[in-house]
Amino acid sequence: MSEQLEIRDLEVSIGSKKILKGVSLTVNQGEVHALMGPNGSGKTSLAYTLMGHPDYHVDAGSVTWKGENLLKLTPDKRARLRVFLAFQYPSVIPGVTVASFLRNIYNAVHHPQQPSPEEAGKMPRYTGIPLAKFRKLLADKMALLKMDPAFASRYVNEGFSGGEKKRLEMLQMAILDPQMAILDETDSGLDIDALRNVAEGINATLSPEMGVLMITHYQRMLNYVTPQFVHVLLDGRIVMSGGEELSHQLEANGYDWVRQQVGLPEGVTDQAAEPEPVGQHA
Amino acid sequence: MALPNPALSQIPDSYKYGWHDEEMKPLHVMKKGLNAQVVEEISRIKHEPEWMTKLRLKAYRHFEARPLPMWGGDLSAIDFQDIYYYVTATDKAVQSWDDVPDYIRRTYDKLGIPEAEKKYLAGVGGQYDSEVVYHNIREDLEKQGVLFLGTDEGLQRYPEIFREYFGTVIPANDNKLAALNTAVWSGGSFIYVPKGVHVELPLQAYFRINTENMGQFERTLIIADEGSSVHYVEGCTAPTYSTASLHSAVVEIIVKKGARVRYTTIQNWSANVYNLVTKRSTVEGDGVMEWVDCNLGSKLTMKYPSIYLLGERAHGEVLSIAFAADGQHQDAGGKIIHAAPNTTSLITSKSISQGEGRTSYRGLVKVYPGCKKAKSTVRCDALLLSDEARSDTYPYMEIDEEDVTIGHEATVSKVGSEQLFYLMSRGLSEAEAAGMIVNGFIEPIVKELPMEYAVEMNRLIQLSMEGAVG
Ligand SMILES: Nc1ncnc2c1ncn2[C@@H]1O[C@H](COP(=O)(O)OP(=O)(O)O)[C@@H](O)[C@H]1O
Ligand SMILES: [Mg+2]
Repeated sequence: MSEQLEIRDLEVSIGSKKILKGVSLTVNQGEVHALMGPNGSGKTSLAYTLMGHPDYHVDAGSVTWKGENLLKLTPDKRARLRVFLAFQYPSVIPGVTVASFLRNIYNAVHHPQQPSPEEAGKMPRYTGIPLAKFRKLLADKMALLKMDPAFASRYVNEGFSGGEKKRLEMLQMAILDPQMAILDETDSGLDIDALRNVAEGINATLSPEMGVLMITHYQRMLNYVTPQFVHVLLDGRIVMSGGEELSHQLEANGYDWVRQQVGLPEGVTDQAAEPEPVGQHA
Repeated sequence: MALPNPALSQIPDSYKYGWHDEEMKPLHVMKKGLNAQVVEEISRIKHEPEWMTKLRLKAYRHFEARPLPMWGGDLSAIDFQDIYYYVTATDKAVQSWDDVPDYIRRTYDKLGIPEAEKKYLAGVGGQYDSEVVYHNIREDLEKQGVLFLGTDEGLQRYPEIFREYFGTVIPANDNKLAALNTAVWSGGSFIYVPKGVHVELPLQAYFRINTENMGQFERTLIIADEGSSVHYVEGCTAPTYSTASLHSAVVEIIVKKGARVRYTTIQNWSANVYNLVTKRSTVEGDGVMEWVDCNLGSKLTMKYPSIYLLGERAHGEVLSIAFAADGQHQDAGGKIIHAAPNTTSLITSKSISQGEGRTSYRGLVKVYPGCKKAKSTVRCDALLLSDEARSDTYPYMEIDEEDVTIGHEATVSKVGSEQLFYLMSRGLSEAEAAGMIVNGFIEPIVKELPMEYAVEMNRLIQLSMEGAVG
């Protein structure tokens, strides 16, 4: 049986505010799903819930991955089950270089520390990837993503442009080699060159063993990475699903068209159909 | 959240030096408590010259007369009559690890000192309770006239140098705890670097308290003659006891014209040690003094390394890391006295408080009139790991000259849940994530440490995290 992420009737709230109101979605190994929706529809909330953010409270429903109940695991355990989230807004970690960060997270996912009983009480013995081997891995992945080697000695996300942050997310994905990747607006804040660059990086990293949930606000990313399935999230529910052609219909008609189709009142702050201004954030 | 690593969760208080050497059979144990006879007795056991005995007694009277400091941390629980002032296991320092008694040797083996000596040190000293048990320096340095020995041996073998400098930077009538040290001092390192000699690799001393209710009062004297340079590193540990021990060291450093001294401390005392240390240096023209001070552990640390910039263009730096775990108080900082024109200084302080731990930055920058073009920058950053953690800043400035450039910056930040989530989503446990954030925070200072110590420092931080997250 192939690996599968199965989300069933998921309801999620923050504090007393209900955000996801019953989301169901199944992503199989090798499938690329696009999740589209206007600002505030709950896309990031779904991504955070899948990764285990402590502020997002699951009121009902289930999420299983490789047959395990994902919801009872802390985020680090989910990562070790090879689930990966590329953040919409990655955090800054001052004083920690990209290289040392990547080596640490590589070891955390691929060589979690398991001291033998006779070592109990002593310093944990270092059991990770040898430094030389890691340097090679890093150099390969950076070349794959066409990144300047000098990037590795900068501090994680400190002073990074929007595009650099997204590229570091892609580099992390390439290093960790996940089986289930959730990409939260990896295309936003990029100019057209950066977008192509990041998209090529995604394509280079994707493998037939990977399931992908690509969250996006705009259609333009999907010109580079083609999804087999497209879902529309509106007000905390998936209200429409279809094939790749749905993304084009969305671009042509906007989310109000979706609202009309499914009988929801019109959104007031909805500008998602307009293309994002290009070059502004890069 | 659960710890991923069963081994670490078994360390009771995340303190890895907490073993006690049961076999220790002291050669001398003076009965607990302090009076003039105890002071004289210490001097007698050590066969000291009369001037030193007199100096000790003078300091003792000063200690008696002065009240405890009322600022800083709470010292009221210290019972000076419930402390052993002199405990020794051996009567001489040896120059080969083979001659160190087995059980003491095992202690230093566990700490990795003999191995480190082979690999990256120019000389090593080891003090166990009151006395120095081992001292050795590389032959080539000895040939160039570099002296590196126990302070007691220094007094016996080089009485002239000793009498010229001892107590000149920190006199017998200084603060109460420095006076106590002058009265009952024992052990410590004595270093003399002749004119123009550069000691390339660090010299290291390791101080260990092994006896409960022990007071350790080592005394270190470093003289860097004109145009010379030296880097001295000290490490300190003690076992975990139920009652308090007292560590009250005095360090005097004389940096002559154009000389350069760096003094690095990495101490990780157990949580019952009062660590009250007076460190001061004088710097002549074009000289450079750097204190790199990393304080972990202890119940209370009060320590403000000082630099007196006495000659033109002298430069002083204090780089300080203070980590207060739950229940600990680190009151640390630095003092810079600009007493000549064109002198420059920098204080960088990074403090971390965990649980109900408390850190205070306490610092003084003083510029005397006429010290034109003096420049000083003070930067204090505090990181809080919990809602209960506390951090305070007391930056005193006494600037009596107009033509100066003085900068001061302070920040307080809290480890954010978004940062933790980001790191945990990459497979790091909560403790590993917090450790990474703290290690990044102290990186600007840690990168100044020799590689081996930087690695050790990062591990100590990581261990403290594992102990606290449960
Ligand atoms: N930490 C939070 N506290 C309160 N409300 C939040 C929080 N995060 C998101 N929300 C709200 O949840 C809704 C969905 O937000 P989000 O999942 O970020 O949407 P999207 O990613 O689709 O733009 C919005 O109304 C937003 O204001
Ligand atoms: Mg979002």
